[in-house]
Amino acid sequence: MHELSIAISIVDIASRQAEAASALSVSRVELDIGTMSGIEYESLKFALSVAVKDSILEGTEFRINRVEPLCECLSCTHIFTPNGLSGQCPECGEKNTTLIRGKELQIKSLLVEQKE
Amino acid sequence: MCETCGCGQEGNPVKISRPGQTGHHDHDHSHDHDHPHDHDHTHGQSHGHHHDHHHDHHDHTHGTIQRLIRLEEDILGKNNLVASRNSGYFEAKGIVALNLMSSPGSGKTTLLERTIQALEGKRKVAVIEGDQQTLNDAERIDRTGAPVVQVNTGYGCHLDAEMIKQALKTLEPEEGSILFIENVGNLVCPSLFELGEKSRIVIISVTEGEDKPVKYPTMFQHADVCIINKTDLLPYVDFDMGKATSYARSVNPGLIFMELSAKTGEGMENWIQWILDLVPSE
Repeated sequence: MHELSIAISIVDIASRQAEAASALSVSRVELDIGTMSGIEYESLKFALSVAVKDSILEGTEFRINRVEPLCECLSCTHIFTPNGLSGQCPECGEKNTTLIRGKELQIKSLLVEQKE
Repeated sequence: MCETCGCGQEGNPVKISRPGQTGHHDHDHSHDHDHPHDHDHTHGQSHGHHHDHHHDHHDHTHGTIQRLIRLEEDILGKNNLVASRNSGYFEAKGIVALNLMSSPGSGKTTLLERTIQALEGKRKVAVIEGDQQTLNDAERIDRTGAPVVQVNTGYGCHLDAEMIKQALKTLEPEEGSILFIENVGNLVCPSLFELGEKSRIVIISVTEGEDKPVKYPTMFQHADVCIINKTDLLPYVDFDMGKATSYARSVNPGLIFMELSAKTGEGMENWIQWILDLVPSE
């Protein structure tokens, strides 16, 4: 359940930002979570519902963007979508490739309400 | 609840202790529960997602505007920052930190005991033990004579950089030592949390399924070395070594494999040599 640690960090970071912006409330938090980040989406949603208790984020909508993986071949520089867990290059067969997208664990934005 | 490690209520905080001492709560993650937000504003959360007409600011009767704050902030940023600090500390003191991770029962502590014995007189070692509860592992390491501290994570399922930072204050490892960090037995959560280590070692044993690397790919993707332990039991189990290594290579082609039995000592020499090569002798 490391998703709980992650959810608590999200609530912590977003609450501090909301406070710094003198927000009255936060209507939406947008997250980029890569499918290769090691996060279980359903667990994260559940953990967030627990972690927001007694914070300014109670009732906030969490929009979770699934970021699909992309690999780059270190031999022929071909960029491709990995097939399952294997990152083997479909062009030249090289196994030594690097994940250039898909491990995101990021708070993208906050939509807050402020006094006019 | 602890904001960094999610380790549960105040009644079960992270404890850092040495064998023979009573554990004290030395956990810098602020357990403060005050989130000082004004909940007096009545128009807060309940209708937060229905602000379609937010451009007509002046027509709003409740006098609020919406603002989008672009953040792009790394959720693990705080942990990674502390991990970088730990890493800097290690570099300054010539310490090489190794993060040992596995499922419970793969033989991490036995491997560590044998490793410490094999390194005796060759290199200085120090150990940080991570478990949810008990000092059992630290006591085992203590009997080898190596300096050791135990981090009890309470309900936490992994060690994080802050726990290591706090443990280092108690442990004060000698310059030029090899610091073994035995993570909480868990093949999932510890892989996400950098501690400031130089290398990550994942240990599996032949009594587990050979498909562990594809069942728990994140752990194997982030590891530098994969130790396959308990090879003395190979005649009695259905473990297919070829399959295990090819599964692991499919998720991490650069992984270094070492097959050994910490119990009989078979294959230990490769592992010991690999460690010796990390830290030049004095």
